[in-house]
Amino acid sequence: MSATANPAIPSDPAWRGRVTAIVLTLVVLWPLLSWSEFKPWILLDAQSLQATGMFLASFLPPAHAPEFLLLVAEATWQTIAIATAGMTLALIGAVPLTILINERLSVSRLGTGRTGALGRSVRQLMRWLLVLLRSVPELVWALLLVRIVGLGPTAGVLAIALTYCGMLGKVYAEILESSDPHASDALLNNGSGRLAALLYGALPESASELVSYTVYRWECAIRGSVVMGFVGAGGLGQRMDESMKMLAGGEVATMLIIFVLLVAGADLVSKLLRRRLA
Amino acid sequence: MSFELRGVSVRYSPALPRLALSDVTMSIAQGEQVALIGPSGAGKTTLLHTLAFARGIDSGSLRALDAEPWGLSSSGRHALRTRIFLAPQTPPLPPRQRVVTAVLAGRLPQWSLFKAVASLFKPADPQAAYEALARFDLQDKLYARVDRLSGGERQRCSLARLLVSNAQALLVDEPLSALDPALAQQTLDVLQQEAADRKATLICSLHQVELARAHFPRIVGLRGGRVVFDAPREAVSDQMIAALYQQAGREPQVSVGEEPGIGAGRSFASGCF
Repeated sequence: MSATANPAIPSDPAWRGRVTAIVLTLVVLWPLLSWSEFKPWILLDAQSLQATGMFLASFLPPAHAPEFLLLVAEATWQTIAIATAGMTLALIGAVPLTILINERLSVSRLGTGRTGALGRSVRQLMRWLLVLLRSVPELVWALLLVRIVGLGPTAGVLAIALTYCGMLGKVYAEILESSDPHASDALLNNGSGRLAALLYGALPESASELVSYTVYRWECAIRGSVVMGFVGAGGLGQRMDESMKMLAGGEVATMLIIFVLLVAGADLVSKLLRRRLA
Repeated sequence: MSFELRGVSVRYSPALPRLALSDVTMSIAQGEQVALIGPSGAGKTTLLHTLAFARGIDSGSLRALDAEPWGLSSSGRHALRTRIFLAPQTPPLPPRQRVVTAVLAGRLPQWSLFKAVASLFKPADPQAAYEALARFDLQDKLYARVDRLSGGERQRCSLARLLVSNAQALLVDEPLSALDPALAQQTLDVLQQEAADRKATLICSLHQVELARAHFPRIVGLRGGRVVFDAPREAVSDQMIAALYQQAGREPQVSVGEEPGIGAGRSFASGCF
């Protein structure tokens, strides 16, 4: 046994906690898998395989008639516009909320290690607001908004803005709080304001993480706007819904190719921006 | 009076019984230049942070710049912080920032938010940053990025930030740790000259005992969180220095209540690797 190998060294105090954590995770995960009826082998029975095969066979060749491509190009442009407008609105809401809930920017914390009662309650309220915004999926927001503002892209834009505001605000604050606090703490200790400490200390430390997450979320917004198209919020999703209902596999294939190209494009943008900031 | 401590004790953290500073009493006049010496872990950094109220005190009283920081509101205390400059031992400079921005950050307490934002696009006072850097022979690094600097250059860059600030008390934590002997001498000269010019108090923790004794009129020796001696340089003898550093860390730590012993491993979070 290793305990007898070298009695001079005290045993690692973290070891037991780690083993317990792994065992607990397994004990919790296994019942979750069986309750969720996770049975991947269903995919492989004869009937499923035949249905899959027929649907996939109709994908070839992808539809490429000029008028269809023009229609898809317009829908793609609308999808990108919905995602970008939604993200912009989400950022307008998320940035102030991030600044409000970020504990690193607390001045009352300096020296005492505790934030003041007022700051704590404002932060908690804003956190609840963010939870509320992102706990409703964008699809559900879209269904609600389609009833209010009618069919069309407006519902999609607003739905993305609401959900993504909640996500961006939370994750931005967490990225900023998990970066090295040394630079912003030094500025605060010398009497700088909170926003100045954010701009000169915390932001340069985590700029590339923030950019990469923002571009990734933009990519998610593109996918989200496609899904919302199925409930009538416009864009590529609405076209895809129509093609699926008509079982036009070729058209679905063309649109899937466009999804791949869009995501690859977002990936490229993220890479370029991060290289610029590295 | 610049700083006045009476029986100040500070814990490492609220959960730990060990004291980082215990029963420290001293007063430092405005414009005085003091060197803090002592073995590693003696409490030099904690004392500097306590003087800058970057950390709270658990007992005793602290007066700084004719105010009682812990009797003030949080915003009152923050306003007082603009008059003190604390330079930490590791340079607090984001690697992706430009030197000119990092140095001018010393002006932030005086700037409006608008000016701070504008200065990120076009440096508000590059002349001041250039002159501050020139005093450390770093003027050619004005527009370089911080991560292109060597360790010693970064350290002097963070001291250039001190030069552009307008604080009346300069608390500098081991400013020479990354410098060779010649640069250490020059850097210390610049710091002392600057403090004398603006009649600011300079408190500097140092590991170079010889430099401390050669340059500072007053020497404070710390060990195990206690002030061992606090004397003008003429009164500090070689025996006092030898006793200060003798078998550093071998004596039992000062603690309140029970001795934590080897079971002190509980102070690590399980997320530490």
